[in-house]
Amino acid sequence: MNAFINHFSFEFRTGIRNKTLLLMNYLFPLGFYAMMGLLMTGINPAFRETMIPAMTIFAILAATLLGLPDPLVTAREAGIFRSYKINGVPAFSILVVPALTTILHTAVVTIIITTTAPLFFDAPLPVNWLGFVVTLLLMAFACAGLSVLIGVVSSSSRMTVLWSQLIFLPSMLLSGMMVPYSLLPEAMGKIAQLLPATHAMNAFRGLAQNLTADFNPIGSLIVLLASGVLAFGLAIYLFNWDSRNMTQRGHPLMALLVLLPYVISMLLLS
Amino acid sequence: MNDPVIQVKDFRKIYGDLVAVDGISFEVQRGEIFGLLGPNGAGKTSTLESLEGLRVPDGGSLRVMDVDPARQSRKLHNLIGVQLQTSGLPDSINLDEAMKFFCAYHGVVPRYDLLDRFDLKEKRRTQYYQLSAGQQRRLGLALAVAHKPPVLFLDEPTAGLDVASRIELHNLMRELQEAGTTIILATHDMAEANEMAGRLAILLHGKIAATGTPLELTATGAGFTKVSVRTKGSSLSNPDLNFPAVSKRIIKDEYVIYYSTDIGPTVSAIIAHVKAQEDTLVDLRVERPSLEDRFLEITTTGGVQ
Repeated sequence: MNAFINHFSFEFRTGIRNKTLLLMNYLFPLGFYAMMGLLMTGINPAFRETMIPAMTIFAILAATLLGLPDPLVTAREAGIFRSYKINGVPAFSILVVPALTTILHTAVVTIIITTTAPLFFDAPLPVNWLGFVVTLLLMAFACAGLSVLIGVVSSSSRMTVLWSQLIFLPSMLLSGMMVPYSLLPEAMGKIAQLLPATHAMNAFRGLAQNLTADFNPIGSLIVLLASGVLAFGLAIYLFNWDSRNMTQRGHPLMALLVLLPYVISMLLLS
Repeated sequence: MNDPVIQVKDFRKIYGDLVAVDGISFEVQRGEIFGLLGPNGAGKTSTLESLEGLRVPDGGSLRVMDVDPARQSRKLHNLIGVQLQTSGLPDSINLDEAMKFFCAYHGVVPRYDLLDRFDLKEKRRTQYYQLSAGQQRRLGLALAVAHKPPVLFLDEPTAGLDVASRIELHNLMRELQEAGTTIILATHDMAEANEMAGRLAILLHGKIAATGTPLELTATGAGFTKVSVRTKGSSLSNPDLNFPAVSKRIIKDEYVIYYSTDIGPTVSAIIAHVKAQEDTLVDLRVERPSLEDRFLEITTTGGVQ
C-alpha cells in the first residue's frame, strides 16, 4: 500500500511538473473554458444552461485522451516498464495510477469551473449534485480507461494521436457540448452514441441539470461504467512490458471490444 | 564450493529465424563475480534478460536461487538487482523520488546514503533528464543495490563513468562480494573483467566459446608470448631476420614485437644479434597474452570449446 501511495504521489506531481501534462490537465481546459465563456455565452445565451457540464467534459477529454496515452507509449519505448517489472511494479499500478492521478487533476479543474462559471458567466450550478458527481466520475473512468487502452495498443506516439483524435474531435462536434444533441439528424445522433461524451452530456442533462435528457440517462451511466471496466480489463490483459517482447497475450485489435457497450446503446437507447 | 545461485542448463533463445542463444549451460556460485563477455549479438543480453525474467526461454532451464525467472517473477524481484543499459526511469523523477519509489516496491527503507556514496548528493532534487550520462548510470547502480539483493546483474556498469566513479563501483562490487552477493557482470571492458571476475564465459554466436578463470583463459590460447624490443640503431629492422620459436613479427611505436612460442631461445637470440650488430638495447619486455588478446583470438577464429 505504501508503494502504491508513493507511486500515486509521484505521478500526481508529474501531472503538474511535466509541461505537456500541465497543458493538457490545466492550461488547455481552463483556457478553452475562459474563451467559451467569453465568446459562446454572447453568441448563444442558451449555452449557459449546459456550460458547466460541457466544460467539465472537455476537461476530462483533454486530460485523458490527449494527456494519458503518449506517456505510456514513451515509457514502454524507453525501457521504463522493463525496469518497473524487474523492481516489482505491477502492471495494474502502471496503468491505474496515472489514470487515477489524471482523474484527480480533472476534479480540481471541475471545481475551478463550477465555482467560477456562475460568478463570471452566470452559468447555473447543477441542481442534483449527486447526479453531477456520479456522472463526472463515470465519464472520467470511461475516458481514462479508453486512454490507457490506446496507450497500451498503440505502436508509436503518432498512433496515439490518431486514435485519440478519432474520439476527441467527433466528441467536440457531436456529443451535445457545442451543438445540442436534439438538433443532430437521427443517423448522426446514433453515431454520436458511440462516444462517451454523448452519454456523459445526456446523463448530466437528465440527472444533474434538471433538463430533458435525449435518451435514458441511467442507461448512459451504465454504458460509461461498462466501457470503463472493459477498457481497463482489456488494457491490463493486452499490456506489454516491452516493445521487443514478442510474447503477447492477445492481438491489439481486441481493444475494439471496448466499443461493445456503445454499440449496444445505439441499438437499445432511444 | 558448490552452492550454485544461478543455474543455466541447455538454455536457448530464438527470435524468428535467429538463434540468439544456442543451448548454453553454466553455473554461478554464491559470492562469485561471473563475467559474461562477447561481441555484440553474441547472446549476452538475451541470457541476462532471461535470467532477469524479461524474456521467456525457448528451451532449457534457468534458475536464480531456485526460482524460475519466467514463471515466478514476484519471487524474483526481491532476489535480484539489475542495472540496465538503458535509463529505465521517467524523465521527470528526481533522485530522492526514484530511491523512495523503488525502495517502496521492494519494501525497504530508502537508501539515500547510496546517493551520497555515488557522488550524487548535490543532485538529489534534480530531475533524471537533467543528469549527465555518468550520473544516470551511477543512479542506476545505486537503485540496483538499494534493496541489498543477493544476486546483482550489471550490464556494462562502468560505461560512461569517470575514473573515480569506476574505482568506487569496483570497491562496492568487492564489498558486496565479501557480503555474499553474487554478481553477473556483462562487459566489453577486458581490464575490468580481468580485474573483477573470478570466472568468465566468452559467448560467440550464441554458444560458450570459452570459460574459466581469467588466468585459465589466457593460458589456454595459442601459447604465444609477446617479446617487445626497442634498440638505438636499426639492427632489428630487417624483416627477413629469423629468431628461434618466433611465428610472427610486427612493428608498433618504435618497438619490434615478436610472438614467440618459447621465449628463452627467442630472447637469447635477439640479445646476441643486437650485441653482434654493435647496437644498444633500449627496452625489452616479455608479456604473457592479455585477456583482450585471448578474446580477440577466440572471436576472430570463432573457436567454440
